[in-house]
Amino acid sequence: MKPFDILTTSACALPLASIDTDQLIPARFMKRSRADGYGQFLLYDMRYDESGKPRPDFPLHAMASQGAEVLVTRRNFGAGSSREAAVYALVDFGFRCVIAPSFGDIFASNAVNNGLLPAKVSEADAEEILAQLQTVSAAITVDLRESLIRLGNRNYSFTIDPIWQLKLLNGWDDLDLTLSLKGDIVGFEERDGGDRPWVRLADRPA
Amino acid sequence: MTKAARQPRTLFDKVWDLHVVTEREDGAVLLYIDRHLVHEGSFHAFNKLKDRGARVSRPDLTIGVADHYVPTRTRALGEIAPDIAGMIRQLEDNCRANDIRLFGFDDPRQGIVHVVGPEQGLTLPGLTMVCGDSHTSTHGAFGALAFGIGASEVAHVLLTQCLWQKRPKRMRITVDGVTAPGITAKDIALSIIATIGADGAQGHAIEYAGSAIRALSMEGRLTLCNLAIESGARCGMIAPDETTFAYVKGRPFAPETDMLDRAIAAWRNLPTDEGATFDREIMLRGMDIAPTVTWGISPEDALPIGACVPDPADLEDPSRASHVQEALDYMGLTPGQALDTIRIDRVFIGSCTNSRIEDLRAAARVLASRTARVPGLVSPGSHLVKQQAEQEGLDRIFIAAGLDWVGSGCSMCVGMNGDLVPSGERCASTTNRNFKGRQGPGARTHLMSPAMVAAAAVTGHLTDVRVLMRSNA
Ligand code: SF4
Repeated sequence: MKPFDILTTSACALPLASIDTDQLIPARFMKRSRADGYGQFLLYDMRYDESGKPRPDFPLHAMASQGAEVLVTRRNFGAGSSREAAVYALVDFGFRCVIAPSFGDIFASNAVNNGLLPAKVSEADAEEILAQLQTVSAAITVDLRESLIRLGNRNYSFTIDPIWQLKLLNGWDDLDLTLSLKGDIVGFEERDGGDRPWVRLADRPA
Repeated sequence: MTKAARQPRTLFDKVWDLHVVTEREDGAVLLYIDRHLVHEGSFHAFNKLKDRGARVSRPDLTIGVADHYVPTRTRALGEIAPDIAGMIRQLEDNCRANDIRLFGFDDPRQGIVHVVGPEQGLTLPGLTMVCGDSHTSTHGAFGALAFGIGASEVAHVLLTQCLWQKRPKRMRITVDGVTAPGITAKDIALSIIATIGADGAQGHAIEYAGSAIRALSMEGRLTLCNLAIESGARCGMIAPDETTFAYVKGRPFAPETDMLDRAIAAWRNLPTDEGATFDREIMLRGMDIAPTVTWGISPEDALPIGACVPDPADLEDPSRASHVQEALDYMGLTPGQALDTIRIDRVFIGSCTNSRIEDLRAAARVLASRTARVPGLVSPGSHLVKQQAEQEGLDRIFIAAGLDWVGSGCSMCVGMNGDLVPSGERCASTTNRNFKGRQGPGARTHLMSPAMVAAAAVTGHLTDVRVLMRSNA
């Protein structure tokens, strides 16, 4: 996973609350393999009208050409379904950070597992950043080490769980660490098998 | 035993502590997983396994269920769209290649994963359970620690039977007193979500407590915990009690005889100790809860049926006002409109929220000797629920009322199998999400209890079911 340290880029403002994962990637596009890419389906039903024509006023179209890597939005972003494809769609589209006042828990965890930073700001700061993006065309800087966002001449701090911060900064994948703890896992299974034998299923009917 | 372990602990902490394999310096904990449920959507994780040339580490604790894509109107996969059939076959292939027990499309026990787990006795008190599905919170009804995970985490569990987690905060939601006749777990759940918000419990494990919760059947508890995720919670739990033990007893995969006694003795220690503290406490009075429906595009957009749709002009918070405006535009509603004047185009009774036998009985009670004014679909949560409903004659009531009685699966909750609400149509639904486009592009969803959906079917508009119940009597 690519480490995340400091990012200076343009930002896309999407001033909507509760953009859920069903909107981020509509269910009908979820049969494809990851290798085929999910970016073209990001927020599909907001981006395109019923006949499949792009809605000209939708912010993502304009921002795509400018290579925006930060998305700024309102509260409860990524609520709903656990579909990691919602994160695939954002990442494949080119986003590396989403700024919002709150995130769905499963979404945030999926994001971190794919190197996408969920940066949580206060509701007031989110409103100010969204307002600034209407007028300022300057670059935005997201500094993960300092948990700081810079836009125009303003600084905004964001929060991120320290465990996730470390993981993103280093580009860590948990799996190799866990596999190295095989001994602890087997030890747990032996102990627990004696304490809670009813948990076992191996001897149950097919 | 350490000193900390003797401190009063919550139900959540007791189950968590039982599963800690090891703790990392940064505070992350490696949790052991007792049950891992997989479905058609888990293919991303199986592909990750294949990329590593690895196999599932504990196939005996991994259980496959076909539900999200299964057709509800045919038993022949050859008759459905090849890409949808392919999703079901892909799950079969992945389970076969890894020796995973599968409740597949043609298994007589097939159903929605969160219905099958409890029904088969795979869900038990005190277990840790995960699934690549956010409504895994459902299983918390037994006092299990159950939560949804994404594909990377599914792959991690497939490979290691463990998961790195940070301990969430604890929230207790107490509902005391007696609820009025006609009030269901769905009404309690929607009232809670409307009170605390769709992100109100983010970062928290919820414990539902209080006399109104203890009075719920297992079916009701499953509905309540199913909707924990719609308040943003990591999971929802209810302490196991005699209702729980009676439900578990005799289920195919549940422990039996001496082993069951031993398990129950252990489960009796799980409820929260007197004096244990929570990071947040929320109280609701059972008597204040009315039949509740959603009008907007988030489950928090819920109100008692006697209320009116909000007017963005009355709202001071600009962010909330813009959300309400967006919701009204999408839903095609007028500010201030009385909820019971909203006309519907169809109904759906089903999903892991409300498709168990008790749900079907409640809907059938309202529909008996009546006709639906709109078309609709009734999809039982599992084959076994379907069978039981047919034995009780419920299918005949639905069919006589003019609704379609179909097979079990996720169906119109998410529309992956092609059961969709057409664009612009309004559906009264027993499901859990009224998100834009959830039941199909442009579909408008109103969430409510099975009895309320039945009442809407009979009258053609959102209706207080208690009016129909009175004329029943
Ligand atoms: S019924 Fe709906 S909410 Fe439940 S598992 Fe299926 S798609 Fe998800």
